[in-house]
Amino acid sequence: MTNVIKTTKGLDIPIDGAAQKMIERTVISDIVALVPDYYHGIIPKVLVRAGDRVKAGTPVFHDKIHENLNIVSPVSGKVLAVNRGEKRKLINITIERDVVNEYENFGHPSLESLSGEEIKSALLKAGIWPYIKQRPYDVIANPNKTPKSIFISSFDTAPLAPDYNFILKGQFADFQTGIDALAKLTPGKVHLGVKANVPSNEFLKVKNVEITEYEGPHPIGNVGIQINHVDPINKGEVVWTVNVQDMLYIGRFFNKGIIDLKKIIALTGPEVIEPKYYTTLPGTAVAPFINGNVHKGIPLRYILGNVISGIKVDINDFIDPYASQIFVIDEGTEIHEFLGWAMPRLNKFSATKLFFTPLLQKKFFKKIFGDIKFSYDARILGGRRAIIMSNEYDRVLPMDILPEYLFKAMITGNIDKMEALGGYEIAPEDVALCEFVCTSKLPLQLIVREALDMMKKELE
Amino acid sequence: MNALRNFMDKIKPYFEKGGKLEKLHSVYDGFETFLFVPTTTAPKYGSHIHDPVDTKRTMSTVIVALVPALLFGMYNVGYQHYLAIGQDVNFWTEFLFGFLAVLPYIVVSYAVGLGIEFIGAQIKGEEIQEGFLVTGFLIPLIIPINTPLWMVAVATAFAVIFAKEVFGGTGMNIFNVALVARAFLFFGYPTHMSGDSVWIRTGTALGFGGGNVVDAFSGATPLGQIATASTSVPHITDTFGHSLGFWDGFVGLIPGSVGETSIIAIMLGAFILLITEVASWKTMLSVFFGGALMGIVFNLFGPDTAAAHFPWYNHLVFGGFAFGAVFMATDPVTSARTEKGKWIYGLLIGCLAIIIRVLNPGYAEGMMLAILLMNIFAPLIDFYVVDANVKKRISRAQKSIQ
Repeated sequence: MTNVIKTTKGLDIPIDGAAQKMIERTVISDIVALVPDYYHGIIPKVLVRAGDRVKAGTPVFHDKIHENLNIVSPVSGKVLAVNRGEKRKLINITIERDVVNEYENFGHPSLESLSGEEIKSALLKAGIWPYIKQRPYDVIANPNKTPKSIFISSFDTAPLAPDYNFILKGQFADFQTGIDALAKLTPGKVHLGVKANVPSNEFLKVKNVEITEYEGPHPIGNVGIQINHVDPINKGEVVWTVNVQDMLYIGRFFNKGIIDLKKIIALTGPEVIEPKYYTTLPGTAVAPFINGNVHKGIPLRYILGNVISGIKVDINDFIDPYASQIFVIDEGTEIHEFLGWAMPRLNKFSATKLFFTPLLQKKFFKKIFGDIKFSYDARILGGRRAIIMSNEYDRVLPMDILPEYLFKAMITGNIDKMEALGGYEIAPEDVALCEFVCTSKLPLQLIVREALDMMKKELE
Repeated sequence: MNALRNFMDKIKPYFEKGGKLEKLHSVYDGFETFLFVPTTTAPKYGSHIHDPVDTKRTMSTVIVALVPALLFGMYNVGYQHYLAIGQDVNFWTEFLFGFLAVLPYIVVSYAVGLGIEFIGAQIKGEEIQEGFLVTGFLIPLIIPINTPLWMVAVATAFAVIFAKEVFGGTGMNIFNVALVARAFLFFGYPTHMSGDSVWIRTGTALGFGGGNVVDAFSGATPLGQIATASTSVPHITDTFGHSLGFWDGFVGLIPGSVGETSIIAIMLGAFILLITEVASWKTMLSVFFGGALMGIVFNLFGPDTAAAHFPWYNHLVFGGFAFGAVFMATDPVTSARTEKGKWIYGLLIGCLAIIIRVLNPGYAEGMMLAILLMNIFAPLIDFYVVDANVKKRISRAQKSIQ
């Protein structure tokens, strides 16, 4: 029997547009782009010029601080342009892809014979390292530090999140290889978080890991919450985390000796006509997923990642390498709600008791009125204020942290207090629900992101 | 609604920078966001959807919860008036008198408070905040009905400026703003705030309902009678000398501040605040618990005075205790903000209020001072709750090093 950790703190937001469990087709745009901004904390040094030929796995840029940390091309083809903006800031590097992918040869290293250091340098060189992230600070892992443990969450509880049991079908061998490789990088354990009460959960069969089962509403699937419950981070300690699909990159690298960044992403959200899964590559354009499959006539917001912690992008932008979801919602700028604060607003979902939502979701009323379809848009539905209500954040953050006090320390830039109140343990995505429920409409994830960057700068 | 939206869009340029009415920008903004939900959308990073709750909804819920106390208060003002002048009139006449007597206070309180808020918002270039909507409603409910209007205006202005705006506005204040207004009146104009003649309007209300006070009339509140009692027997009476008991305090047809007398009306408000979870049940319950506890302690071991012998359950229904517990102590901004802290905060308010009532005959009512005092200590209580979390983290770190 594995450990089961239960919590009732959190919130599942009922929103329409979950992806049907079928992979529609492979979508890879003719031009793919690498966007340095997606790799938070990396200072890019470009290694290619327009006109250069690259293969899948050829370094395109590397980090100026850790020069062995490569970011590689996901496709083979010709570099079209290195686009820069104001003050020569690197915007993106576009690559026109070949019809048939050519792969850089990494010589098929055998995992058994490699030491931890050798695995590390292989992953750095092959451009898989950016997919290993670290806490504290929620940034790409510092290769010079050794983690006390490594955490992988095998499930995502965010609204309409993709189902990894479905996505990984037939790929568990690669996943296992990824685990075996990571196990050599830490003196501690590799932890795998598994959702409790899922029939025939394939993740329970994974070996060489410490499995913990979790039960509860979002954000229990977030790896940060799981770390806080199992092996909380103290000052000076480092924990690494890897997304489920990114584990496959490591597995394929050691099983096949190539860089194969194929992944499956879910197109979801209430404004998508037919929400489905697609096979794609990081850096593919957003447009081909969207075209013809979204509702027309209203301004739309495209989000990479989930709806409560993703990045808003333009239709001409490119897929974030970390995203497993594209979300489409109504932008809401053309909605003029009269006296909204005083209206019953039956179509709005609220975590508070100030609306009829909690009542309408009771079984009795569901029988009478049926399932209520809640409508969502990108308006913040109020004005920004100082923090007024108490105990709002605590209810949706299942961590041993007093969120309000941590946020106040972050807003005031008090590093000592951030340290004392759990700044090392938190990541922006963990407070996404706090931001959703906030009566005062504070941009909490931005606050956390900026505070973590400041901590990293001051303390490292 | 479209016509209204178009009208608002049409006049908007006048209020923007460089427009003729630029100085009234925050007023326009206040009305626009009042009429229509703002179309501000979420930033690029962060949560792209939000809970529909906002401060407007929260604050208006508190106001709805205050309405029963206000309506009952109006009726009681009229009831006490006609009782005092010995006229037998029907319910609606009584209510109308009370309505006319209370209305000017509401108007003055809002006009002064909101006026300052609007000016403050314009100077700071910020949105108008909703906090005063509740404060402005509370002030008329916690004053004696004979307070001169200009005093209310001065007290409101003082409270809004020095208890709120100088700290940075709603959410930043240390003291409950309405109680600061009350305290200002109490210490600034003591003769108008206590005694036997301030609690019942014996004159007219806006020229309505005149008459002469009948003989044998005394306008002292029950708590006033206790504090000035010449014997140690806690005997309280109504305005004509009939004995009062627990249920009279519960129903509330007795002299007192406008909104504080009826426990039934306050309980209705408490019900609204608790089912909507706007107020914390922990704070509310622990105030009553603290009050009852201290009342029992004095009943059993107290000095030989009328106040100490006043039965503990009567302490909870007479005076401003219940009103303070439900509407003042639960103010989220000035109360303790941690869950554990709320228990301690409420308990101490309850205890202190009774201690002041019993041991200091100068202050017949201890609730106002108890809450204001605990407002000061709320951050200290929170500090220790937060510190426990910090210490746990430090000891965890030390363990992992070993």
